[in-house]
Amino acid sequence: MSSSPTSPTPEAPSASQAPPRETTEGTVYTVTGGDWDEVATAAAKSDDERIIVNMGPQHPSTHGVLRLILEIDGETVTEARCGIGYLHTGIEKNLEYRTWTQGTTFVTRMDYLTPFFNETAYCLAVEKLLGITDQIPDRASVIRVLLMELNRLSSHLVAIATGGMELGATTIMIYGFRDRELILDVYELITGLRMNHAYIRPGGLAQDLPPGAVDQVRALIKKMRKNLPEYDKLASGNPVFKGRMEGIGYLDLAGCMATGATGPLVRSAGLPHDLRKSQPYCGYENYDFEVPTADTCDAYGRFLIRLEEMRQSLRIVEQCLDRLEPGPVMVADKKIAWPAQLALGPDGLGNSLDHIKKIMGTSMEALIHHFKLVTEGFRVPAGQAYAAVESPKGELGVHAVSDGGTRPYRVHFRDPSFTNLQAMAAMCEGGQVADVIVAVASIDPVMGGVDR
Amino acid sequence: MSEQDDPNAPGQNVPAQRDDAGDLIATRHGMFGAAGGADTSGYGGLVRTVRLPGASGRPYGGWFDEVADELEGALEEQGLVPENVIDKTVVDRDELTFHIEREYLPTVARTLRDDPALRFELCTGVSGVHFPGDKGRELHAVYHLRSITHNRLIRLEVSAPDTDPHVPSLVEVYPTNDWHERETYDFFGLIFDGHPALTRIMMPDDWQGFPQRKDYPLGGIPVEYKGAQIPAPDQRRSYS
Repeated sequence: MSSSPTSPTPEAPSASQAPPRETTEGTVYTVTGGDWDEVATAAAKSDDERIIVNMGPQHPSTHGVLRLILEIDGETVTEARCGIGYLHTGIEKNLEYRTWTQGTTFVTRMDYLTPFFNETAYCLAVEKLLGITDQIPDRASVIRVLLMELNRLSSHLVAIATGGMELGATTIMIYGFRDRELILDVYELITGLRMNHAYIRPGGLAQDLPPGAVDQVRALIKKMRKNLPEYDKLASGNPVFKGRMEGIGYLDLAGCMATGATGPLVRSAGLPHDLRKSQPYCGYENYDFEVPTADTCDAYGRFLIRLEEMRQSLRIVEQCLDRLEPGPVMVADKKIAWPAQLALGPDGLGNSLDHIKKIMGTSMEALIHHFKLVTEGFRVPAGQAYAAVESPKGELGVHAVSDGGTRPYRVHFRDPSFTNLQAMAAMCEGGQVADVIVAVASIDPVMGGVDR
Repeated sequence: MSEQDDPNAPGQNVPAQRDDAGDLIATRHGMFGAAGGADTSGYGGLVRTVRLPGASGRPYGGWFDEVADELEGALEEQGLVPENVIDKTVVDRDELTFHIEREYLPTVARTLRDDPALRFELCTGVSGVHFPGDKGRELHAVYHLRSITHNRLIRLEVSAPDTDPHVPSLVEVYPTNDWHERETYDFFGLIFDGHPALTRIMMPDDWQGFPQRKDYPLGGIPVEYKGAQIPAPDQRRSYS
């Protein structure tokens, strides 16, 4: 916390607090959950009203390593800015030094709460570059949709859970993470991992659904149908909850268009913009679902939209199970399709022993083919493509450029969290400090996606 | 042996490039990324050109012609000659790309946003691409514009030379490009003239260099795996 240079007479600091420092920008107080009274007293002595509060980057209410720089006047936020980049890991640069297939392993780590959306968007872009969009087997597309909709549920559950926690509603946090755990169990069964799956690959999927997956997803739908109304009972009509959320984080349609905000933000402003409906991919045109909207433009509207979207996602998951037909999950083109299926061995997930037996023992050509495809990768014709999916947070776009080689020349992710976070200033300025938390939570930014 | 028959003369014994269509952006020699006489693979004489899809002729197909007509008409109304503004139009993989001369970028973007027949309300930001081999056009800025009204998506592309890395900012037209342009500046060193506060956004403020440029090293150290030394990713064999 800092204020303009004055002549402060700081009192002796308590044990839990570092002593105030003089800087060119003013007096800096470091507060780590200790006694705020001393800071308040010292600030009151200052003849300058202008106080700048640094919230984060390590703060429990800022959704990860987001730094909020708030200029406050009393309890009112007069100016708000974001500091980002604390979780920048250079994924886009790293992609340029790996094969196109290895790229899924990287992109799944961007927005770590929506791994299947990152993988699908990336794979759709690569498939567009390859010109094989029409050849993706139906079963692969259905499983992609199934996983994406389960992912929408798990992402929205975290948004609601952490949003509730930041308001002090710990019950809703426990509920959200409890239900997310059920979904992560399904991920683990299908992909072997709870996060960072790299399951969706250019051309299809890494492998087919394991035995028992359909039954477990059906059991999950049943359980979620029972659990979802609990959020309504607990929060939707709760006067305290509504009091904190209604009218907070206001962003109308003009604001959404200007800041490029998509997803629940633009739908809470009344526009039913959803890429699953307007530009269907993976066969979304064949599913029956609705796009919920609200006309309140506020955090409460976004909360209700997320709840309704979870119900709609369950509908889509159910339709996916009915549409699952036996068949391949990888394109037929052997120059693109990964040569091996994975199998669980004594040291984790690896190539299936049957496949190794075949390439090592019976077919030299199969061995060469495997070696070339795994070490060198496939070539992608030169050009560029843009593929976008409707992630739980909004439009997730991938701009992929190929120079005809076996590695991406450039991949850029237009992450919705990154774009939506720009609206933070418009939502928070002029409001109360406590409402900043609610507004940021209603954007639902994930810093892994923002910083990449 | 006459000079023409000399098998070691450059250009001899090399198959002609299969496809000469498109715009040359780079020329690659040899294979496996080896250089300085280290290539013993026999591919040392290989010369390949890298070409991106070139300009397309009319008709573009589907609604592409309608958008192109409307844009050209709207530019003419403003007293501009479309040929001077639109460098070329590329239709590839069912996507429409307008290559715009950089000084006209804000005019074109404003026209695309405001004209009722075009109405591209939403800009999904800017993505930079660095083509060191594309002399005079090394740095590209790529914009994707989405029209919710007409349910369309188009791409704008502008280029700037390394020696003069300036592109007009689109923040005035699409405020959403604020952070996107800062990101592209941070990674590629493209300077967006007219941006309200063009500072680094991901890298630390005092960072030197622009990490996403092709001549900026990835870095990394060799690691040992099952007894073997695995080189850093940027030192591994490359087939591109």
